[in-house]
Formats: sequence, structure tokens, C-alpha cells
Amino acid sequence: MPSLGADMDAGTLVEWLKQPGDTVAKGDVVAVVETQKGAIEVESFLSGTVERLLIAPGTQVPVGTPLATIRTDDEAPGAARGMAPPAMPVPTVIPPLPRTQPAGPPALATERIRMRASPAARKLASERGIDLTSIAGTGPDGAVVLRDVERAAQVSPVPAPVPLVPEPAAIRRGFDSSEMRKAIAAAMSRSKREIPHYYLAHTFDFTPAGAWLQRLNAARPPAERVLPAALLVKSVAMALKSYPEFNGAYTAEGFRPSTAIHVGTAIAIRGGGLVAPAIHDADSKSVDETMATLRDLVARTRSGRLRSSEIFDPTITISSLGDRGVDGMLAVIYPPQVAIIAFGTPALRPWVVGAGIIPRTLITATLAADHRVSDGHRGALLLLEVERLLQQPEAL
Amino acid sequence: MSDIEIRRTVIEILGNIAPESNPALIDEKADVRAALDIDSMDFLNFMSTLHARLAVNIPEADYPKLSTIAGAVAYLGTKLRA
Repeated sequence: MPSLGADMDAGTLVEWLKQPGDTVAKGDVVAVVETQKGAIEVESFLSGTVERLLIAPGTQVPVGTPLATIRTDDEAPGAARGMAPPAMPVPTVIPPLPRTQPAGPPALATERIRMRASPAARKLASERGIDLTSIAGTGPDGAVVLRDVERAAQVSPVPAPVPLVPEPAAIRRGFDSSEMRKAIAAAMSRSKREIPHYYLAHTFDFTPAGAWLQRLNAARPPAERVLPAALLVKSVAMALKSYPEFNGAYTAEGFRPSTAIHVGTAIAIRGGGLVAPAIHDADSKSVDETMATLRDLVARTRSGRLRSSEIFDPTITISSLGDRGVDGMLAVIYPPQVAIIAFGTPALRPWVVGAGIIPRTLITATLAADHRVSDGHRGALLLLEVERLLQQPEAL
Repeated sequence: MSDIEIRRTVIEILGNIAPESNPALIDEKADVRAALDIDSMDFLNFMSTLHARLAVNIPEADYPKLSTIAGAVAYLGTKLRA
């Protein structure tokens, strides 16, 4: 179960899209998971053959729990590797729950996952089809450990088939705005607790960029037109190449800069809330490719499904208020990222050019950045570089 | 195409963009972007779908004329009868 948010600690497996024996390539969508941010398509991070599905649809499991095993092409059968996600920190503490689940009706998935059990115990129990709630744990705080499952397996040596029948009561489809609000609250509280933010604002002339877009769009049908947001994403991605201390993740080991520039783009969800899926490798995409990706992400955010890599990968976030907003926004960094750049609504304002005051379309860019990693001086240079790049949009 | 049919098309497209609302019930002269909380991408999709459905070219400079339902019906009617 991949971590799809700074404070996500569990997710519900909704559907398997691959079955044992199926071939998967890295990046293929293998399952759908329900999170606080809606349904997300989980991608495989290995190439090989699906050997075993460990989690039944409808089951909620903690982040870090292997969902399936995949045999990579150079591995012998049986040596499959767990499809547990790499990278993101995994909560090591699973909240304990009183062991009160009686025999009789099957345990609800949500209760089952709160059982304390070691990953190895879960894996073996799942392989043998043993219900963890039926085992008395002898580990710390009554946690079920591997030897407990082994003992139980000896008592019932016939391996029961892994239950893969959906438990409808546990499957919660659709968007839940109160869950979304909780997810935002958790991530933003963590951000404000842990990240010493500093803020910079810079207002500059957006007229050249706006005029360039107008000329570009004049010759195009609406479906091929480019929005200012695409230009803003591209300019930030290009600027970040010279300012790596704003692009990456702050982990337990400190700041890890990222060589790839995956720009998370804040997208509002109708009914409340937002997500910021990644435009991957935004520095190497053309403005048109950036726009196409943005269009696709907005469509899937609002009426489809995002992929786990889009949620997981951003190395910085951009929030753009679009054409119906205010001058500027002081944004909150999305952990474990270390910076967020926000753009206000471009507006016609008086501006001094040479010795005269003339109307120009201005835009305000703000940067919130992590003082553990960078200082205001470098942040200012980053915003100046964004301004410089947007004066020559044709070069982007 | 009559104004009634154009209006029905406009409302249907807006309804797909803002599925939780009913564009038929909003003030015809209200800015749809405010009344239906439509952002830049939604509005571009509104223009793209109108273009695809009615085969009317809508330059960017004309967007403000289509920001209300009444305005859109008048603009498209004029273009379609031209």
C-alpha cells in the first residue's frame, strides 16, 4: 500500500486490475485503492509476473503492507518480491485496537487492519488464508508475530484459499469531502508543525507572456489552446534547474534534492478540497505537452482516477489562482516537499516603464520555502529567474 | 438551429462541467464562471465543447461575450445564422 499523502496511514484496496500469471511492466496500473483523496490507480514499480495477490478487495490495510508479489524476470518462481512501495517513510506504529472481535460474522476489514501484527505474520497468514483475528498474539502489546501464525498454520495445515471475495460493506466508492478535509488538515498541520516556512513575493510584467499566448491561441481551435498555467509550470520547471535546493524532499535523513523535476499542480475539486498531481519531467516537456498533461490531470482529478505516481512523485508544487482570483496567495508547503510557488490572477495595473506610467498585465508570484534547506536570498533569485523566463515565452 | 436549441446545448454542456449544479436555474445574465464556480480549464472545456458540437469558431477575444448563458445564446445564434 503506497503512501499517497504526507499523513495517509491506510488505504482500502477496491479492485485488482491484474491477476496471478499476468505480466506487468513497471508503471502498469495493477489495482485501485480508495484513499482520503478519492480512488487512486496504483502502479507497479517492478516488471515481471504477478505471482500472488495478498489483499482481498474491500480490505483496508496500513501503508507499507505488501499488496501482491511479483516475480521479476530474473527471479526463480517462489522468490517473488513484495510489492511494497519504496521511498516514502512508512508508519511503523499501527494503532492498537482491543481484541474484541468475536467468532461469527466475518470481521469487518476496517477492524482487521487495526490488529497489531508484524509484516511477516501478515504475509504468512494471508498466504495460508488464516484470519489474523483468530490468532492470539505473543509479541509486544499482544501483536501477532510470525511464530504465532506458524503455530496456527500447524493446527490447520490445509491452506485455505486466499479469500478474494469483495466485502461490499467495506468498499466505499466516490468522493468524501469530509475525508478530503481531514487529509488536507493533517498534511497542512504537519507542514506548519515541522517546516519553518519563509515567504517571498514578487510582482512582475506578464504582458509579454499574455501577448504571446494570445498570438499562439488565435490560430488554434479551443481544444488546442494553451492556458497561462501551462506557461507558469514550464517557467518554474526551467528555473528550478539552477536552484535545486527548492526541488526534492525533506526526509528523516535531511534534504534529498531530486534531479527529476516533477511539478505538482494544485487542482481544485468540485465540492471542496484539492489535489496536486505531478506533471512529470516538466522541464523537458514543451509548453503544448505541459498543457496536454494539465488538461488530462484536471479531467481525471474531477471525473476519473489519478495514478499513484502522480500523487507520490511531485518534487515541488505550483498553485495558480487562474483568471478568477486575487493578486497573490501565501501557500503552505506540502510535506515532504520543500517549496511551493503560487501565482495570483494576472491583472491590468499601472506600471512604470522608463519615465512613464502605462497599463500592463501584472502577475504576483509567491514562494514559500523550507528554511531548513534554503534562504530568502536564493528564493528571491529563483523568483527573478521565473520572471526572466516569462519575458521570453517563445524560448520556453 | 433555434435559440431554444442553442440554449439547451449550452446548458447541457455547462451541466456536464458542473454536475452538482443545475445551470437551467441560474440567472441568464449571471457570469457562469461565478455562478457555477467554473475555472479557467472548465471555461476552456466549455469553449472546446461548443466548438465541437456547433462548429462555431470562437476566438479567445470573444470569450467575454460567452460568459453568461444569455450572452452565449446570442453570440452563437448570430454566428450560426451568419
